[in-house]
Amino acid sequence: MDMPLNAPAAEVEWPEAGVSRVPFRLFSDPAVYAAEQKRFFRGPIWNFLCLDIEIPNPGDWRLAVVGEIPVVVTRDEHGDIHALVNRCAHKGALVCLQQRGNAKALTCVYHSWSYDLSGQLQSVAFRHGLRGKGGMPDDFDTARHRMEKLRIETFCGLVFGTFSEATPPVEEYLGETMARMIRRNLGRPYKLLGMHSQMIHNNWKLYAENVRDSYHATLLHTFYTTFKVNRLDMDGGMLLSDSGWHSISYAKRATLQAAEEYKTIHSAQYGSALEGSHLLDSFTEFDDGVTHCIQTVFPTLAVQYTLNSLAVRFFTPRGLDKTELFWMYLGYADDDEEKTRMRARQANLTGSAGLVSLEDGCINEFVQRGTRGSEDHAAVLEMGGRDVASSDGSRATETAIRGFWQGYRTVMGL
Amino acid sequence: MIDPALREQVADLLWDYADAVDDDRLEEWPGFFTESALYQIIPRAAYDAGQPIGVMLCEGRGMMQDRVNALRTANIYEPHAYRHMLGRPRIAAADAGWDVRTGFCVLRIGQDGDTVVFATGRYVDRVVRDGAALRFASRRVVLDSHRIDILLVLPL
Repeated sequence: MDMPLNAPAAEVEWPEAGVSRVPFRLFSDPAVYAAEQKRFFRGPIWNFLCLDIEIPNPGDWRLAVVGEIPVVVTRDEHGDIHALVNRCAHKGALVCLQQRGNAKALTCVYHSWSYDLSGQLQSVAFRHGLRGKGGMPDDFDTARHRMEKLRIETFCGLVFGTFSEATPPVEEYLGETMARMIRRNLGRPYKLLGMHSQMIHNNWKLYAENVRDSYHATLLHTFYTTFKVNRLDMDGGMLLSDSGWHSISYAKRATLQAAEEYKTIHSAQYGSALEGSHLLDSFTEFDDGVTHCIQTVFPTLAVQYTLNSLAVRFFTPRGLDKTELFWMYLGYADDDEEKTRMRARQANLTGSAGLVSLEDGCINEFVQRGTRGSEDHAAVLEMGGRDVASSDGSRATETAIRGFWQGYRTVMGL
Repeated sequence: MIDPALREQVADLLWDYADAVDDDRLEEWPGFFTESALYQIIPRAAYDAGQPIGVMLCEGRGMMQDRVNALRTANIYEPHAYRHMLGRPRIAAADAGWDVRTGFCVLRIGQDGDTVVFATGRYVDRVVRDGAALRFASRRVVLDSHRIDILLVLPL
């Protein structure tokens, strides 16, 4: 019998140095990937599913995904939201096929098994057979069959789902500091201004690292420095939740301004070598002075507020070395036209064509390719120490990445 | 009925633009637009929904020039080139110019030789006479798909 090529490792042996070392095997071993689908994505974590504003009306549904598990998020006739594995209880076919829809019931096209919006089986085609012949056994009970349900919780319009009973409530999972920043950015009515996605050619965990990596920001992304954008962002830091799993990388504007300036556009502060400097026209929305923050929610969500560009990033594995990264750009419901225009211009800074961030589309692939054949080696993450702790005052740190691995090891039991 | 001579001029504008991008003469790219022109790359779903944010937005030649400067001097990516395939333009007279719609397919050729279909969609253009030349007063690149492979740095 032939030995399988690339025989998967039974398990990963984590280096003794702990989370300051990350075995490259984690990004390329099919056994790890398979284990994640069962153990990690069905584990005690909150997975971002969608925004509640995407399913505003009774009967609305939208497809989502947890790891590779297909999910449908519905809103029932009472306005309650449900998350179901998009898999028929009969043969396992997809139930909902379109990305979005509205229906009174969810019906599998294969054999017309039909579910209510909470996923409970309602009816089965030919249950009593045809002309008295065939049909289900007499004791077949529709009440005993349903689409598999996830626990859900909505926080500031973010719909989260979990397969585990052990997952604590979302606010407890986030911790106080993280919950407060999400409330700051998403705690009032907002609307979707645009959405696109990006297929990056790397394992999903490389993006999870990348979005937590404040060390690389000014080194890889040179747009601001090349164009001499004077950001006046004096203070900054990296805050972690008590668990270490979630993070906020932030920068603050210098705190010299007079109060009157707070309501005005401050493009002049971003003097630069740009020809089209209106790119950076912005206005002050919050009085905490924070002009840039990238907040991560373990494992696959980030909320960005950079200048006035408000966006939700979500990423999900599409195979061992493919990750789809979704960019959902938001504005507040009461934005006037001018604010919307500024948010639209600033959206140029991020996304798949982001002037500041487009390098992230390829840098993780460079790691994926660079580590080929080196599965037994490991990354070295010692910037800012070897521990997992907030780094107030400096973003030259990899503490948030170590925090991600702390969470990953806990959930995976590694 | 559109004057055949005008049709030729519009077609030249479309093809000259595509050639300039495909031949890596991106410094010429802003010159295909009027000074205050709008250039946007946006997925069809967002375009149809009337949402303002797509993938790239330039308001005026200055922002286009910044894009070119950025990709030459600041942005980091693996070298690649495009090949534009254009359909036949549909031209309709409009206020102060012409509305032009053109289907396109753009292939991306990587330095390793890999050639992939990078983008398909349609150009939704407003073309105007600007001095002696025809130029885009607005060019909206409406992508059929919402998904970009790897990254988008060269204009479509």
